[in-house]
Amino acid sequence: MLPIEQFPVLVVAISLLSAITILLAGVINKKSCFFISLATITFQFILSIFILRHVLTVGTIHYWLGGWRPPWGIEYVVDTLNAYVLIIILFLSLLAAIYSKRSVEHEIEARKLPTFYTLFQILVTGLAGVVVTGDMFNLYVFLEIASLAGYALIAAAGGRALRASYNYLILGALGVCFFLLGIGFLYSVTGTLNMADLRILLPALYGNKAVQAAFVFFFIGLGIKSAFFPLHTWQPDAYTYAPSAISVIISTAMAKASIYALIRVIFSVFTVDFITLFPIFDIISWVAAIAMIFGSILAIAQFDLKRMLAYSSIANIGYIMLGVGLSTSTTLGLTPALMHILNHALMKGCLFMAACAFIYKADLRDIRDLVGLARKMPYTCFAFLLAALSMIGFPPSVGFVTKLYLILAALDAGKYIFVAVIFFSTLLMIVYFWHVIEIMYIRTEEKGEKEISVTEVPMSMFIPGLVLAFLCFIVGIIWLIGTPLPIMDAINSGLGLGVVVP
Amino acid sequence: MTVVVESIRPVLAVACPAICALLILLFYHPKLSTRVNLRESCTITASVIQFLIVLSMAPIILEGQELRCHLLTVAPGIVFSYKVDAFGLLFAFTSSCLWILVSLYSIGYMRALKEHAQTRYFFMFALAIFAAVSMAMSENLITFYVFYETLTASTYWLVAHHGDKEALFSGRKYLTYLLTSGWFLFTATVLTYCLTGTTDFVPNGILSLDSAAPWVLMILFALFMLGLMKAAWMPFHSWLPTAMVAPTPVSALLHAVAVVKAGVFGFVRVVCYIYGIDLMSSLGLGLILASIASFTMIVGSFLAIGQDNLKRRLAYSTISQLSYIIFGVALLSHFGAIGSMIHIPFHGFMKITLFLCAGALIVIAGKTEVSQMAGIGRRGQMPITMIAFTIGAIGMCGAPPVCGFISKWYLCLGTLEAGMPIFLGVILISSLLDVVYFFPIIRTAFFEKPLETNGGEREERVRSKETENPLYLFMVIPLAITAIFSVIFCFFPHTFHILDLAELAVSNIFGGV
Repeated sequence: MLPIEQFPVLVVAISLLSAITILLAGVINKKSCFFISLATITFQFILSIFILRHVLTVGTIHYWLGGWRPPWGIEYVVDTLNAYVLIIILFLSLLAAIYSKRSVEHEIEARKLPTFYTLFQILVTGLAGVVVTGDMFNLYVFLEIASLAGYALIAAAGGRALRASYNYLILGALGVCFFLLGIGFLYSVTGTLNMADLRILLPALYGNKAVQAAFVFFFIGLGIKSAFFPLHTWQPDAYTYAPSAISVIISTAMAKASIYALIRVIFSVFTVDFITLFPIFDIISWVAAIAMIFGSILAIAQFDLKRMLAYSSIANIGYIMLGVGLSTSTTLGLTPALMHILNHALMKGCLFMAACAFIYKADLRDIRDLVGLARKMPYTCFAFLLAALSMIGFPPSVGFVTKLYLILAALDAGKYIFVAVIFFSTLLMIVYFWHVIEIMYIRTEEKGEKEISVTEVPMSMFIPGLVLAFLCFIVGIIWLIGTPLPIMDAINSGLGLGVVVP
Repeated sequence: MTVVVESIRPVLAVACPAICALLILLFYHPKLSTRVNLRESCTITASVIQFLIVLSMAPIILEGQELRCHLLTVAPGIVFSYKVDAFGLLFAFTSSCLWILVSLYSIGYMRALKEHAQTRYFFMFALAIFAAVSMAMSENLITFYVFYETLTASTYWLVAHHGDKEALFSGRKYLTYLLTSGWFLFTATVLTYCLTGTTDFVPNGILSLDSAAPWVLMILFALFMLGLMKAAWMPFHSWLPTAMVAPTPVSALLHAVAVVKAGVFGFVRVVCYIYGIDLMSSLGLGLILASIASFTMIVGSFLAIGQDNLKRRLAYSTISQLSYIIFGVALLSHFGAIGSMIHIPFHGFMKITLFLCAGALIVIAGKTEVSQMAGIGRRGQMPITMIAFTIGAIGMCGAPPVCGFISKWYLCLGTLEAGMPIFLGVILISSLLDVVYFFPIIRTAFFEKPLETNGGEREERVRSKETENPLYLFMVIPLAITAIFSVIFCFFPHTFHILDLAELAVSNIFGGV
């Protein structure tokens, strides 16, 4: 076996070991925790690049844990889809880790630092595990690991975060239970937990009520985890009150891992054949369309910047799910949805970094307090501006690319109504993002208004944001040129998509 | 037949303002004042280079070639590419030439008023020019649409520049109107693509009666019209007077150089290059469009009469004048089309003269209302400015010896050629109304006695106010240049190949009449 074929398990194992190391190292030196975590995530990220390269050149990686053959043992399978999502998740985790250094020192008591970074590392372990595994039960385990770490990390901010975390705990646990129930149903009829195995065994049982119920359970469970409307109710509070670095990572990496799991279950465990038996994707498309409008309208109504971004996330999950919903009826397949997984991670990561930077400096949560901030925190505001423009869909940004491809998909599928929905939600997005930009950049302080005296945040906090902001445009151009489209095609053909099912 | 040649020149022309914008950002430094001069020299250099590149394309185009530069293909049918034809070059010429003068003027204006956020101002200005020239050189509707929205986004910052309540309000209104219109334009673009499988601008159109049922084509045309709200046709014009709160060079940019011109440019493109003359006349759309344009021409002029604020009066004048351009193509006649095409640069030069004068009056004399301007044109006050203003005003009325005469002449010929003499009457009435609202300004400025506010101190001046401060020269010289050019164009309409280009474009559309 080539050493590179062991990288998937290495990504998870190193991370887990590092979590324990951080806890022990924290006893001796609290400052070392951050550096151990950063080094581990960097290493994981480098591994993930090699994995993607290997997957693209050689082919899918299969790794049998402990040497046990698949139907009995746990198998790690990494194909193009996993490798693509893994890179996104680890890149965002890396930037969130860099960002966390100063913000965590500011928000969390020094004695809690080792526990914080331990949990942070466990969260990354869970997310990486969700992505690389090829076993349903293992997926559940990693999902639970990531979720538990997530609850604790959100609660780390104290105060209102406790309630937000508790809400998330209840709903998240419910979601994961649904997922487990689905696994149980499938196991009862097929007797296997391996995804590839299930894929082979299931087609004969598509008429079975237990299998159909299992699909619904999976969908609801993962829908809760990924905050898909109307299962999003935990999300705004959790995003708003979580510590800065955690807002960044849960809004990007964690949300994306859940969506990945959903896509994996829909297309790899169940298949396109199963989905086309029922009008599932029509329903998903319509619910996604409602989410796009609903999220944006509620975002307009917010005064709290982070909460506004949280509602904007709900709308954007809608975009991804619309891409999923249209995937079987267009030759583009999942391409728009997969694009938006990356694109939204870049944009939202940047926006949350900026929003948390305002809180870090002067506890500026309310949008109306940001008057004239562009002159005082030029780099952070510039990053926010670029990402907001990108969200709106300013060419040639990533937001523009997503919208363009979604529109192409909707046209290709002949569902013109979604073109109008995309445009309407874009107009709504302009309203709430422009409101912030206007206040930050254009509005001048009126007499009698209190002058806020803030300065730029430390370099380790604005550089990650700026990197993401520039990537929003650079990646947009790369998408438009079409370099990564072969990856998308590989994923589509792997999932049996890209061919229009009449 | 035209020959399409691959060339990098369109990209070079567009790259000038883009690079200039980036350099402006790079040179930004909150404290070093020397950087400010560097920033401005950057703008001026870029504008001159761009103008020369645009001008260098004219001989090639006149030889019957078209310059094309393919950028990228996203999906079949969604192609971003530049192609310069005679009509596009005309608009590109207008924008790039006036950019030089407005930049010079902006330096004087912004510094004299000590405006805040000048770097943002010059950055967004360069970006707006980038978008305008890109629109001029777009090969298809998709590219056109993208830069149409870019133009909206970049000019918003200029409109809302002051950042107070009024500016923010007008900025929002501006966005609401133009982004909504962008939505319609996009829908129309998509529909066109669905009907024909292409969105390229082709002389005499890509749509035909075979593409769809007549009512579909009518609705599509309505969508295009709503999408081109930038042309400020009535009743969708009210964003334009509201946007007058912007600094005056911005108003000049909106009115003469980029924004509204982009709207009428789009109208000509849609009528002649998407629908085509034959389809327009067989659907009867020409008559409808001409009627709407006539309505706007006359009502716009009427509304202008009532305004006391000089900039608002000019804004309504623009609304009326833009409709001349729409009107010209709507006549679907050879001369009408030439008239409307040359009215784009000619109106640009005249209107910019008027706006620059209005700005100079604000900065130098501190006067914004027409009623305050008694005696402002006399010796010791601001004679150069007011003479330039008079030239611009005469041009607006369509009287010789200013270039407005030439374009109106062609429009009148166009109405007769189209066999619709009633529209000749419309042009004459509208011109008469132009006289009615411009003449009082000139009379007040030259013939009324100045108000004695400072105990006659003003009377003793011998030196003109315009030369008091060297910064004022940055404003007075550009407006003098545009006024002089407005006159030159009347006697030599072939200067800078304007008339040649328009004739070439029209003969391509009409198949060499």
